[in-house]
Amino acid sequence: MSNQNKGASRRQFLTGAAALGAGAVAGAAKANTPDPLITEVQDWAAGLGDGVDATPYGLPIDYESDVVRRNVEWLTADTISSINFTPIHALDGTITPQGCAFERHHSGAIDLPKDDYRLMINGLVDTPLVFTYADLERFPRENHVYFCECAANTGMEWAGAQLNGAQFTHGMIHNMEYTGVPLRTLLNEAGLSGDMSGKWVFVEGADASSNGRSIPMEKALDDVLVAFKANGEALRKEHGYPVRLVVPGWEGNMWVKWLRRIEVMDGPVESREETSKYTDTLEDGTSRKWTWVMDAKSVITSPSPQSPIAHGHGPLVITGLAWSGHGAITRVDVSKDGGITWETARLAKPGEKMALTRFYLDTDWSGEEMLLQSRAIDETGYVQPTKAQLREVRGLNSIYHNNCIQTWHVKPNGEAENVEVS
Amino acid sequence: APAMAEKYGLGRPALPEEIAAWDHDVSPDGTGLPPGSGSVEDGEVLFSDNCAVCHGEFAEGVDNWPELAGGFDTLDDDDPVKTVGSYWPYLSTAWDYVHRSMPFGNAQSLSDDDVYAIVAYILYSNDLVDEDFVLSNENFLEVEMPNADGFIIDDRETTEYVNWRAEPCMTGCKDSVEITMRATVLDVTPDVEGDE
Repeated sequence: MSNQNKGASRRQFLTGAAALGAGAVAGAAKANTPDPLITEVQDWAAGLGDGVDATPYGLPIDYESDVVRRNVEWLTADTISSINFTPIHALDGTITPQGCAFERHHSGAIDLPKDDYRLMINGLVDTPLVFTYADLERFPRENHVYFCECAANTGMEWAGAQLNGAQFTHGMIHNMEYTGVPLRTLLNEAGLSGDMSGKWVFVEGADASSNGRSIPMEKALDDVLVAFKANGEALRKEHGYPVRLVVPGWEGNMWVKWLRRIEVMDGPVESREETSKYTDTLEDGTSRKWTWVMDAKSVITSPSPQSPIAHGHGPLVITGLAWSGHGAITRVDVSKDGGITWETARLAKPGEKMALTRFYLDTDWSGEEMLLQSRAIDETGYVQPTKAQLREVRGLNSIYHNNCIQTWHVKPNGEAENVEVS
Repeated sequence: APAMAEKYGLGRPALPEEIAAWDHDVSPDGTGLPPGSGSVEDGEVLFSDNCAVCHGEFAEGVDNWPELAGGFDTLDDDDPVKTVGSYWPYLSTAWDYVHRSMPFGNAQSLSDDDVYAIVAYILYSNDLVDEDFVLSNENFLEVEMPNADGFIIDDRETTEYVNWRAEPCMTGCKDSVEITMRATVLDVTPDVEGDE
């Protein structure tokens, strides 16, 4: 089936579902005529499928061709220093498939073979060192699942409801299981002497943008990981192959890809990516800097504008994602009436620190309009704020760190729209 | 230093030439600046040849490409214009970033003196120096950046967290709800039905 046909059939399906709308009854309607998909022998039940040699490394089946990264052309001057979006509206669970996990580059996704890879540690260390890729694989490893959220995720929504879909409003995020070496192990190898309190590390990538960022030593020695595997396999080229930094709970910009150098320093470099960018301007014109942590946040991924209710009335699964850079998610509340009343959703698994958490609210829908919202609470007791609460402190121009409660307006025909409510 | 685990004897010492080749960062106090200088006059020619196609002859920006000059006193406006002159706190960042990552697509092609000259021209474009100004490692810290005091360290702990760590309302949380804004009115979302 060609992609063209796929698009057309999906459109027809959605139109049909919308037309069905309020009149549809719950799924258990009685069949009047036998279903030929059951009564007639289908090709796949008679003939043969593909051989095991057909697909050495597989892609999703054609019918899932809409579950892809999307670009929004008008957001940036070109596609090289730009962003695309994870199709979170179509995913479930918590692990993001790497092939559709969002990308953010400042000078493109570079091609850096393992053989050409070098990592330097220099500055205030006993012995500045150079590692090859093979060296890194000989250090003791750890595995951790963490979310990587771009500081600008939901940034286009500060001024109002702009983009119509969870992929676009909340899709600058992915969540992977990383394998790597703690940064502290590598720093120890180079040797840290004397008092390290108040010291910093400057980290930069091998690409032209370098993406240099300063990280306080306390965080560097805590949980920062120098990672070379994600979701079981090597990092994808666009995610930093062969080595990236993983900075749990902190803004995605600091997760330096194609990591090539770590310098121990007396102070922060105040690089471009922590002065001109990734600083948050408040209403009075002053700006916050070093806003590293991503606060607790959530979004309902279905129903949502790209994932309308197509099955008529009756049982409905409301589901979404919650996460916090401060630790584990302990609770997610869902409202169907724009925040007047709330009920506590079910977490698929107990929340893990600085990782995506899946929630479900299993409900019954009779075609009534809904104003769907979700509200995350983390282990520090922090409750995800409304956009009004955020604006009251920050104004409209801080660009980054928009963790407001999102509202979807679900209409009687099952379609959903990104809205703001009073 | 904290008591650390054993060493593994992996990696090898970095040579001075290798460190010099990769360690280019410049800090706000000027640490990392190489000796050199460049004039506004030379910078104007270099900027025209290497930068103006995106950033404009006067650093004013072309199309969606970044504006490097202007925007003074706009940071508390509805639509702030953030440039090197209006926003950037440290000149070191301009030198460091131009040297390491510009021109876009041909980074690390400028000599140290070229970078001093281009940064001098960007200062001139922002009316921060005169046309006969020469920037060097000697006078670098004398340049005053207008927004040097415009930044505060992350204060969410006191301005937000203390207020938002409270048991939230569950029922009767407000009297009514009205839709105040709709994304479909703007209609700027890519067509997600059409396959690319």
